[in-house]
Amino acid sequence: MKKEFKVIADLLPVNIRVLDVGCGDGSLMNFLREQKNIEVRGLELSQDNVQQCIRKGLPVIQGNAETELHQFPDQSFDYVILSQTLQAFYEPEKVLKNLLRIGKSVIVSIPNFGYWKVRIKLLFFGEMPVTKTLPNTWYNTPNLHMCTIKDLFKFCDEKKINIKKVIGVNEDTTSLIKKSNLEVKNLFSKLGIFLIG
Amino acid sequence: MPSLAGLFFWMNVKLENIKKLDVSKSLKLDCGKTISNFPLAYETYGKLNENKDNAILVFHALTGDQFVTGTNPITKKEGWWVTAVGPNKAIDTNKYFVICANVIGGCMGSLGPKNINPDTKMPYGLDFPVITIKDMVRAQESLLEHLGIKKLLCATGGSMGGMQLLQFCATFPDKAFSAIPIACSSSHSAQNIALNELARQAIMADPVWDNGKYVSKNVQPKNGLAVARMVGHISYLSEKGMQEKFGRRLQEKADYEFSFNADFQVESYLRHQGYAFVERFDANSILYITRAMDYFDLSKQFKGGLVEAFKKQNTKFLVISFSSDWLYTTRENKDIVIALNASGADVSYSEIVTDKGHDSFLLNEPEFLKTLKGFVDSMYEKFKNEKRI
Repeated sequence: MKKEFKVIADLLPVNIRVLDVGCGDGSLMNFLREQKNIEVRGLELSQDNVQQCIRKGLPVIQGNAETELHQFPDQSFDYVILSQTLQAFYEPEKVLKNLLRIGKSVIVSIPNFGYWKVRIKLLFFGEMPVTKTLPNTWYNTPNLHMCTIKDLFKFCDEKKINIKKVIGVNEDTTSLIKKSNLEVKNLFSKLGIFLIG
Repeated sequence: MPSLAGLFFWMNVKLENIKKLDVSKSLKLDCGKTISNFPLAYETYGKLNENKDNAILVFHALTGDQFVTGTNPITKKEGWWVTAVGPNKAIDTNKYFVICANVIGGCMGSLGPKNINPDTKMPYGLDFPVITIKDMVRAQESLLEHLGIKKLLCATGGSMGGMQLLQFCATFPDKAFSAIPIACSSSHSAQNIALNELARQAIMADPVWDNGKYVSKNVQPKNGLAVARMVGHISYLSEKGMQEKFGRRLQEKADYEFSFNADFQVESYLRHQGYAFVERFDANSILYITRAMDYFDLSKQFKGGLVEAFKKQNTKFLVISFSSDWLYTTRENKDIVIALNASGADVSYSEIVTDKGHDSFLLNEPEFLKTLKGFVDSMYEKFKNEKRI
């Protein structure tokens, strides 16, 4: 189980309804269903992943989150999860607004472009960074809107989106991120997990 | 080849030997008329297990029948869904008990327009009451009762079979643990109705049809019925699929004949399909069944529309569409998904990418069959566990 999934699971109460946007092969949904008796639903683009979810008995809708979130009614889920995909959308702001419409709360995780290794790669080598959380090269990356934990913090502030909790993940350690430690955590977290709404 | 009249006679003799349930309770149809003591022909495959938790009900499409797989005992051809249903197939009859009934209005043993009208002692013809998808589905509920099945593991069907399935779930929300509507719609579109009207007009324009009275003369308006079938066949393929399958290739000739014979392969194909069809299907049945499809509008039945129709669902759905299907498009199938979502139902959806058009659900489409199998098998595990608890 990925550390990220463990952190997300810990943020969630039991017996709720969760929509996992970009649910992949359904590992997180499976985990949430088994550990927390959560009623899960997934939205996934890839046919292969959709099939894997179906085989596991996980309800999944094949579709593109960019264009097909409208089908979910307002406030129809307790939580909506978007794991490491926000940066891949053409219009991340629109997607985020939709997630906040559908879910009473939203969990968004992002690969942190402010992580020190990423900064060094760009600063000293002058190359686009390739890391474990950002495994693609510049010409084949699906990531169109890379951002840092600080960026998303600022974005939420500007758009008056309520930030309930932010957790930084680095290898096996996690830490709470607040405005007071934002600069440091923005440097040392590989992943940022935002609980908003 | 036997004469058509002889063939009909032979078919009717054969129809005596197929499984039939005599439905004794009366059924008030949507049109207001009542039918009672009517035959419902059906077939089953595999074995119902002791817990009665492995039953799968299949609804057939417009020109289908109860002979889903194996050899159809009447036509001697393969069952219409032999690609998906059978031993070790996606719906494995070694494991599951598969049931399919001929729709009322049909011509494979269930009450239909060629049956004898007890009032006139003549075949019904156009005296047969106009039926609806809901009537078809309600008639089939008696079969589940007869077989002693309280809750199906799964119900499925493509095209009109999918429409029956949606109706079945809306009318009997507790009868199926899971449901797979395939390449269908919750209401017939203008285009669907137009194509059906074309088929009906072709039949009615054939002088042999004679206002539906041909049955008592032991003939069949085969020219009209063949054209009706050709219309259907065009709508089941995609433009690309058709181009790939036939292109402009000529039928066993080097050049144009400068005549109206079937020069092109596609013409020859349509003629073959059309005239093969008249040997196994009744023209009046096409009129009645296409009418039932056209009247189908699930949202009209429920105040508050489609969402309301699915309100009481505990059934787990998997909706499947095919990218090149222009008869029952992905958009129409997605509308079903959206309504199910809005009503809070448990729904999965997959769009299979293929060039084969509406017909895809009958063909060997690996991605489709894998999806079907994955869903049915996982639902069986869930259903068993739920029953145990």
